[in-house]
Amino acid sequence: MKSLPMILTLALVAMMAAVTIGASTMAVAEPLRLRLEDPNIEPVPIAVPTFLAETPEAQRYAEEITRVVAEDLVGTGLFREIGPEAFISRITNFDSPVQYVDWKAINAQALITGSVAVGADGRLSVKFRLFDVFSDAALGEGLQFGGTTTSWGRMAHKVADAAYSRITGEGGYFDSRVVFVAETGPKDARQKRIAIMDYDGANVQYLTDSASIVLAPRFSPDGGRVLYTSYETGSPSIFMLDLATMARRQISADLGSMTFSPRFSRDGQRVIYSMSQGGNTDLWMQDLAGGVPVRLTNAPSIETAPSFSPDGSQIVFESDRSGNQQLYIMDANGGEPRRISFDTGRYGTPVWSPRGDYIAFTKQEKGAFFIGVMRIDGSEERLLTQSFLDEGPTWAPNGRVIMFHRETSGAGGEAALYSVDISGRNLRRIITETGGSDPSWGPLLP
Amino acid sequence: MTKLITKAVLLVAILGMAACTNPDRFGAGGAGGAGGIDSSGLGSPSDPRSVAYFNQTIGDRVLFAVDQSTLTAEGQNTLRQQAQWLNTNTAYAAIIEGHADEQGTREYNLALGERRANAVREYLISQGVAGNRLRTISYGKERPLEICSDETCYAKNRRAVTVISAGAGV
Repeated sequence: MKSLPMILTLALVAMMAAVTIGASTMAVAEPLRLRLEDPNIEPVPIAVPTFLAETPEAQRYAEEITRVVAEDLVGTGLFREIGPEAFISRITNFDSPVQYVDWKAINAQALITGSVAVGADGRLSVKFRLFDVFSDAALGEGLQFGGTTTSWGRMAHKVADAAYSRITGEGGYFDSRVVFVAETGPKDARQKRIAIMDYDGANVQYLTDSASIVLAPRFSPDGGRVLYTSYETGSPSIFMLDLATMARRQISADLGSMTFSPRFSRDGQRVIYSMSQGGNTDLWMQDLAGGVPVRLTNAPSIETAPSFSPDGSQIVFESDRSGNQQLYIMDANGGEPRRISFDTGRYGTPVWSPRGDYIAFTKQEKGAFFIGVMRIDGSEERLLTQSFLDEGPTWAPNGRVIMFHRETSGAGGEAALYSVDISGRNLRRIITETGGSDPSWGPLLP
Repeated sequence: MTKLITKAVLLVAILGMAACTNPDRFGAGGAGGAGGIDSSGLGSPSDPRSVAYFNQTIGDRVLFAVDQSTLTAEGQNTLRQQAQWLNTNTAYAAIIEGHADEQGTREYNLALGERRANAVREYLISQGVAGNRLRTISYGKERPLEICSDETCYAKNRRAVTVISAGAGV
């Protein structure tokens, strides 16, 4: 654990290319479309026969890629996989016409076919097509991805993202990563490390050791840098880590003050954060190019957990100026905040959706914690989860799924990462080898 | 790890009060507390000039009500004695650690811990302790002392601990 990976594999698939393959037929009937806002959504039966291996060395990748594509889609709760034992047709040639009647007979509404090859240059190429079985038609054009063999997982996520996107009309989120705090040990001696993983908990890498307490990492909008709070100087302060070079620098250095709860502006050029001086906590902004920090709030209350609107013009944050924690919005340069949360209970950790339509938050009421969403004006509050301690929501790149952490109670209590749809459906635990908290979901990778 | 602990114990034993005068950084109590680190180097709890006296006889911590940073009458009484000790033993400085129970969000609890630590600092200053001898740090809910999830534990976790350190300033 002492030696940290000096270079991350972020740019693995930088040269990954997507090429369209000619569609075989045009859509004729009403196309397959899942509407995420439909509260009574039924999982769509989908068949994902094992992708064809066009070369012998591609067999292993074909099997793994197929498995990940199916897991991505089924994991959304929007799809139900039909197992291969039910199949009537076999896919033997990626370019041969699909026997729709055979897939209709087993009630597969969607069919994904694919093929995988390892070229003479050692590069992996993955092709896929998505079929709307009951329309007797391909749904969109075929796509081809190319990359190194080590990036097979990302190519699988890209296939699943394309399928998800075509069927739901929403952006995908499978080819994305999450930074979080990996937790080990009991509650009174918790060891914390900043870590990064694929959205599904795969490929965890540790970015810091546990010599100091580290808290709340936050991705830059482009996914290349991470802000976090560390106790390594003896007082909590904010650090920025470049994921490509692992270069690190301290953002705030005022002696005798505590800085924490950082978040990047949408252009990645500035950081907003909380600073405590003399027991009072306010919001500040620091330009990463230099200059003195700018004070955004000046109140005797606690102002913390700031998050920018997608257009960068506003900041949502929490404050206890009313007597307990509530949510407020103000202009990005400061100014008079307006309160948006008015229900009973305490509200904290607001995060603006990347689509701008909702604010996710943590709510505390009567000894329980909830993750919820509300409109920007505070209306339509909807609580999605409830437990002894749910905290710290973060948005998937498509703004339709939220990840957060849940700590269980008592001496044996542990923190774990969970995700849930903004409809409240599909609560799932993200399986990681350690406990996890403070997730921050990065952008969809290029 | 065992080696490290052995070294730490040795250091405390050899350097006594000059070095790490409160090895129990998160205030788990005196001799034989969590971690099994002996506090013999801290002097005797019956010696009014010793750090052990400060930690155990006066009491190194004050407790707070839920979501509050107001000092209780009992807390103020403890702090008056802490101030007296600090005013007598001017070779020492102190770091005041503010803590919260787990019933709150992480950022808020950090800010709340800072409020609590600062309330203690301000009170000690009001009792004549020089401000440059008193530093604060908040641990929020990161370092609970008791780990059950009910009020008996929470009450002990909502605390500010005055940790004595060598040196007149910080």
